[in-house]
Amino acid sequence: MTAHDEQQPLLTLRGISKSFFGNEVLSDIDLDCYRGEVHAIVGENGAGKSTLMKIIAGAYQPDRGTMTLDGEEVTYHLPADAQAKGVSIIYQEFNLLTDRTVAQNIFLGREPRKRFGIDRQKMERDTAELLAMLHVDSISPRQLVGSLSVAQQQMVEIAKALSFDARLLIMDEPTASLSPPEAEALFERVNLLRERGLSILYISHRLKEVFDLSQRITVIKDGRKVDTVLVDDVSPTDLVTMMVGRELSHYYPERARPEELGDVRLRVRGGGNARLRGIDFTIRAGEVVGMAGLEGSGRTEVAQALFGVEPFTEGVVELDGEPVRIRSPRQAIKRGLGYISEDRKSEGLVLVRSITENGGLALETLPSSERRARGVRDKTAAVVADLVDRVDVRAASLDQEVQFLSGGNQQKVVLVKWLATRAKVLIFDEPTRGIDVGAKAGIHDLIRELAREGLAVLMISSELPEVIGMSDRILVMRNGELAGELPAGSSEAEIMLLATGQEERGAAIDEAAAFGVAQQRSADEEARRQEPAASTQEDRA
Amino acid sequence: MSAQTQPLGAASWWARLRSGAGSSQLGIYVVFVLVVLVSYVVVTAAGGTFNWRNMAVRSVALGIVSVGQTLVILAGSLDLSVAYLVSVSAVLTSFIMDGQAANMPLAIGVVLLVGAVVGAVNGLLITKLRVHPFITTLGTGLVMRGLLSSRFSAQTGQVAPEFSQVLGYGLVGPVPVSVIVFALVAAAAIWMLRSTQFGSHLYAVGGSQEIARLSGVRSDRTLVITHVLCSLTAVLTGLYIAARLRAGAPWVGPDGGYDLESIAAVVLGGTALSGGRGGVGGTVAGVLILAVLDYVFNQLQVDGFLKMVLRGVIIIAAVATYTARSKRASE
Repeated sequence: MTAHDEQQPLLTLRGISKSFFGNEVLSDIDLDCYRGEVHAIVGENGAGKSTLMKIIAGAYQPDRGTMTLDGEEVTYHLPADAQAKGVSIIYQEFNLLTDRTVAQNIFLGREPRKRFGIDRQKMERDTAELLAMLHVDSISPRQLVGSLSVAQQQMVEIAKALSFDARLLIMDEPTASLSPPEAEALFERVNLLRERGLSILYISHRLKEVFDLSQRITVIKDGRKVDTVLVDDVSPTDLVTMMVGRELSHYYPERARPEELGDVRLRVRGGGNARLRGIDFTIRAGEVVGMAGLEGSGRTEVAQALFGVEPFTEGVVELDGEPVRIRSPRQAIKRGLGYISEDRKSEGLVLVRSITENGGLALETLPSSERRARGVRDKTAAVVADLVDRVDVRAASLDQEVQFLSGGNQQKVVLVKWLATRAKVLIFDEPTRGIDVGAKAGIHDLIRELAREGLAVLMISSELPEVIGMSDRILVMRNGELAGELPAGSSEAEIMLLATGQEERGAAIDEAAAFGVAQQRSADEEARRQEPAASTQEDRA
Repeated sequence: MSAQTQPLGAASWWARLRSGAGSSQLGIYVVFVLVVLVSYVVVTAAGGTFNWRNMAVRSVALGIVSVGQTLVILAGSLDLSVAYLVSVSAVLTSFIMDGQAANMPLAIGVVLLVGAVVGAVNGLLITKLRVHPFITTLGTGLVMRGLLSSRFSAQTGQVAPEFSQVLGYGLVGPVPVSVIVFALVAAAAIWMLRSTQFGSHLYAVGGSQEIARLSGVRSDRTLVITHVLCSLTAVLTGLYIAARLRAGAPWVGPDGGYDLESIAAVVLGGTALSGGRGGVGGTVAGVLILAVLDYVFNQLQVDGFLKMVLRGVIIIAAVATYTARSKRASE
């Protein structure tokens, strides 16, 4: 059916298996990756994708199975062995030194030499060539990496990978922290590399990317390969079903019914500071208000202003109708706010401390009078133990250090921390970033359940389907201002219009259309969409 | 090779200086100039004299060892054993030389060897046994202190007069030999950091051991060599002190406070205590600032205890300023 059938694959895996401490993480994986293809690897977190990629990149050695590169069987002992064979990997967390220049980073450990010391000119010239090859002209070889944006740093990583004469490039969640236009720029580069004959193994949670970029998709579940499919042969729903092994018809919980909404809990009038202007909105008890906007539009800044990290310097914030001044997180906690931040590892949790300690952290900052006023009578540890049970944190024991929990469970511990204080308003910033599909649903259910109990929830997210699926109302930010408010169930096109501004109207609609109905996952739409997908498959058969 | 070396930016030494030095290091020179100007005005107004040579000489002992301290701190480590190594080096020098010029090569050879061994032991304990540098070098420092005190209690032997005349008090034109030695050590370190593979790897190890390792840098080896270099600078400081005092004594290192003072000079010079950022140029300015302040306080006959208070305040204020600046720059 395709040219692939006649071609010999660049990389062939047969029967790759790997265990850690007696747990089989990968069993019997076969994989073929051809020249000039983007081959997506999808699967839930913990499915074994990363382990598999690390084996291909030489960071781990398989227990069983063979790896063939360009017809030759290979075994690696070190990542450098794989690099020498033209296999490079770009991890989600960049391996770049922020205080060194672009050129110094790219040639670290392989600096070209002249008679005395490093041949800096050659190093910088070669760097410039690599960047030019990637059509990147905004980066100079002499710039410090720390002064570059995340997207630019990623380009440096790609240039570094190419500097090894890479034939196979592995990218692990490359768009996780990119804004939509940055991601678009990345896709252009990926296609450019593919056209040059590079093979790219592309790991992503975002199905839209997978469908846009890749030619073939391999699904991995619980350490086994489910299947490898051509991108034209599957629909996103099929793929999700293959990944999680169940239909996702109830992907988002039901929204609030009008009678479930209480009085206005939180009101912001004319809120502003160095980064924000004229912020006006309300959240009622029992309501989940979504906040969308492009990266850098001021979404996180609103959360931080409310929580006193970078407080509002203008305007009024009212809680339950009473004006409050919040100048620090400590005051915010006393007023009954909770902030589940974007970066749970550096802002939400003390990774080396136990679940009990992390869960009790915010409660412990309350004076005992305040604890009594909120009806917290038990000891902190008991409160935490109760809540851990309730939100269903999966852990070996309460004494386990939170660094050893999965992303989803870590997020639940952060939640416990705020629930312990009996917070009235919860602010979620990217609540499901980096959390696998199955655990996402659990977090979504939990957010809705908390709203039902009368909490006011502000949920910031860059995943539009999440905003649409969860919110009772949607606020859209643009350039530090509220661009507008949309009712529940608005389309991605409407959000994108507000987020990008009128002048880009056409482009925004195209962009939104590309997202497609595929990601509108409320129950009825899901059902409607099943039929055409099924019929195309029959046609093919 | 040079045929194809087209100037990618021949006239960009300024950009190179900036990229190599980093913004906090340029700041230190501004501070240095300000300190000198203010000191000059204050001292002359108070009827004192401003003796440049005196100040330069004052900064040599601390300066040389601070260059070594900069290297280990850049590599993400630390060396608290330098103070006792300075003592060991000074005492052994005068003990072995015993006033004889003929013993000079032997004495210098032995102390350099001792320094290399101490540095290697520090480096190996840190990299192989994974003992934190703070504890490792505190420990090796105590060991040296114990060994030294058990054998030597007062000034021991004396250095050859020639040795003292040249290294301690010699002049080349108007410039003291010791100042030239300091300048050469600093220049060599700056060149090494900027233009050699080893320097590049040293920054990488200090920035992130993991990234260095993944890039094929032998981080353990880099760290051990860096510790050896640092210990050698401590030995050099010891040699200079022995030459200056004409004999070594066990207390010269700890009394000079070379462990903590050198660290203070390094951070004053804008090098990050966490490693990976900074350079020797800043440290030199840091050392000079400390020397100028010292001189000024002496000229103004500031009370000794007040002097300590003032130095403490100045060091903290300087580092607080850098932090505020780099925070602003990153926003």
